[in-house]
Amino acid sequence: MAKNVNERSIDPATRAMLLEADRAGIETAWDRFEKQQPQCGFGQLGICCRNCNMGPCRIDPFGEGPDKGVCGATADIIVARNLLRMIAAGAAAHSDHARDAVLAFKQMAEGKAKSYQVKDEAKLNALAAEYNISTEDRSPEEVALELANVLLSEFGKQTGPITFTRRAPPKRQKVWEDAGIDPRGVDREIVECMHRTHIGVDNDPVHILLHGLRTSISDGWGGSMIATDVQDVLFGTPTPTMSESNLGVLKIDEVNIIVHGHEPILSDMIVAAAEDPEMISLAKKMGAKGISVAGMCCTGNEVLMRHGVPAAGNFLQQELAVITGAVEAMVVDVQCVMPALGNLASCYHTKFISTSPKADFPGTVRMEYHEEKAMETAKEIVKTAVGNYANRDPGRVNIPKDKSACMVGFSAEAILGALGGTPQPLIDAIVSGAVRGVGAVVGCNNPKVQHDYGHLNLVRELIKNDVLVVTTGCNAIACAKAGLLKPEAAKEAGSGLRAVCEALGIPPVLHMGSCVDISRILVLAAALANHLGVDISDLPAAGAAPEWMSEKAVSIGAYVIASGVYTVLGTVPPVLGSTEVTNVLTKGVGGVIGATFAVEPDPFKAASLMIDHINEKRTGLGLKA
Amino acid sequence: MKEIMIRPERCLGCRSCEIACAVEHSDSKSLFGAVAEKPVPRKRVYVEFVPEYAISVPMVCHHCEDAPCVAVCPTGALSQDEVIRVVTHNPEACIGCWTCASVCNYGMIGRNREERIAVKCDRCPDLDVPACVAACPTGALTYKEVEEFSESKRVESALKMARGVAAGASR
Repeated sequence: MAKNVNERSIDPATRAMLLEADRAGIETAWDRFEKQQPQCGFGQLGICCRNCNMGPCRIDPFGEGPDKGVCGATADIIVARNLLRMIAAGAAAHSDHARDAVLAFKQMAEGKAKSYQVKDEAKLNALAAEYNISTEDRSPEEVALELANVLLSEFGKQTGPITFTRRAPPKRQKVWEDAGIDPRGVDREIVECMHRTHIGVDNDPVHILLHGLRTSISDGWGGSMIATDVQDVLFGTPTPTMSESNLGVLKIDEVNIIVHGHEPILSDMIVAAAEDPEMISLAKKMGAKGISVAGMCCTGNEVLMRHGVPAAGNFLQQELAVITGAVEAMVVDVQCVMPALGNLASCYHTKFISTSPKADFPGTVRMEYHEEKAMETAKEIVKTAVGNYANRDPGRVNIPKDKSACMVGFSAEAILGALGGTPQPLIDAIVSGAVRGVGAVVGCNNPKVQHDYGHLNLVRELIKNDVLVVTTGCNAIACAKAGLLKPEAAKEAGSGLRAVCEALGIPPVLHMGSCVDISRILVLAAALANHLGVDISDLPAAGAAPEWMSEKAVSIGAYVIASGVYTVLGTVPPVLGSTEVTNVLTKGVGGVIGATFAVEPDPFKAASLMIDHINEKRTGLGLKA
Repeated sequence: MKEIMIRPERCLGCRSCEIACAVEHSDSKSLFGAVAEKPVPRKRVYVEFVPEYAISVPMVCHHCEDAPCVAVCPTGALSQDEVIRVVTHNPEACIGCWTCASVCNYGMIGRNREERIAVKCDRCPDLDVPACVAACPTGALTYKEVEEFSESKRVESALKMARGVAAGASR
């Protein structure tokens, strides 16, 4: 091995652990990525079709070989179908997560899941009002049960509308109706993606892509939004709080439990179980000073936002956490969990515990959770971790010192609250030009990009140019690690944004949550647009996913542009094999929904694209660019 | 002198070599840039499927020591380096008579449709290892000295024979 770790990441903790991995002869995602080079050109261009067994078929991108698959599908058709399947998978992941959250919520309301309760009654009542559910003379549980049932019906709706889509500005709803892309039901759109891409169904690229937008809206303004809101009721709506981030949050003298994946349903219980005096005294008996829970990926963001549980790292750091030798249990639920963790954990004392009924991996200790006995399972898991402390080899413990303080917890409610209950102060700041606009920077890590390089340089460029950044997911953790979520980071912002942040005591980059919480950004955008009486596409706002890799990110990108926000992707989606699809996504779709995609791997150039777009929108609103 | 040597039993027919070849002979030298170029860049390596055996074989220019294409080229567009024996093609001098294509035993002369001239393998003068070899995920294409390649074949074959001897002795 002996790789140049500096080329792989700009994060000091990551570099330190990659050196340790190298020394120990341990393989990470970066090594596996290198072994995959060169990656298949057909795959990268999206021109391989495996949808039927007459294939696999491939189109020659250079025009000498086949220009159609066996069924006659052209590169345009194949690329569009493949993209639609990516959107379907991404929307399914978010929406199935939402379904589980609502099912847990329902069991709570029925009194079957005693570990859970209504933590945010105000939000419960607000949601009830949205559904015309009476709250008068009714217990929160009664209201919750009725709400759970109507929320569940959103998944199986056949003719729409999905209720939360009505949170979008009326002009945006009209755009969707005119384009025929107002979603009819969460599950229906996803199922229809699979039907349309079956051999011999939908073979018009534009027709396919429009359904992709409809499906993605059922995610952003449906599944994801339901997940966010139900989780807020169950676990509390985040409010600003301080915490820390990076591998340095792991404790040398405590039992370290990492919660990794995407759902708060069990992880929230684990956080509580780890504070149980019985568990703590057990840990002390084992010679540890206590129990420390840290988060990874979006499960990490969920517990960070609500409880200030420190975030150990973002997606590409999951293996590195185990390599510290200080993790007693890596507890995972769903999404973005590398199967490589099993083999890796077997090289250390770490127990790799899988908990979701729908996700298992090689080399796990299986501790499946069910809502009825969530706290019981959580305690069992904590106990297993505590018991494993005895197996830690102090000689192999290597925790990097790097960590940074961060201010997190900026739900849409918290942001509006900080502004005095109305978006007016933010609008005033935008009108005066102190804040040029809003940039939403989200998404994964991808070894195709130097780890955190895309995220941090893009965000820094934006704030330097007075663009207020809202962030979620792995970008948020990258920003947390780099200190950009500290109020003092206002010093890195342009003078206008700096003054606004300092007056409010907030950082120039606002952590809004996990990847389903991009729905919070939509709600905020809708609040701004509604207050101004314009469409979201009129706002001086732009989105970016500098290091994206997952299918969820494809669905997110699609619903962000479908919501009217221009979006810059930092890694190339597998669509360049089709000129038509590429043109539709980067140009044509703008005429339908008022926003397009751009692809720009260089974060500095990506920032310029976003700033230019924001300036254009400012001019459109009659503001000084 | 290293040559591109083929181990056809390893070819899965993925055509990664063809794509890498076209990309290496594009202006941008990147996949995403190459697909948008006009005229489209041309590959010079070909994966041929043999239906009788359902086997794919990567076909490359052998840069023959006594190259017929060079011998018959009427304008000197095709020439052979005296030391490294690589056969290169000068598009300026090519008249598109296709005599070279007629005499090549392997069918390695392609056609540049836009300029109506020949196009063939130049063994990637800018690279240490030709693009097709670097792109092959299974090692069906290798870049080795003939002696080294043949030795590895001998060793492989000798191992099989030795196994037979050992099995006989233990009986």
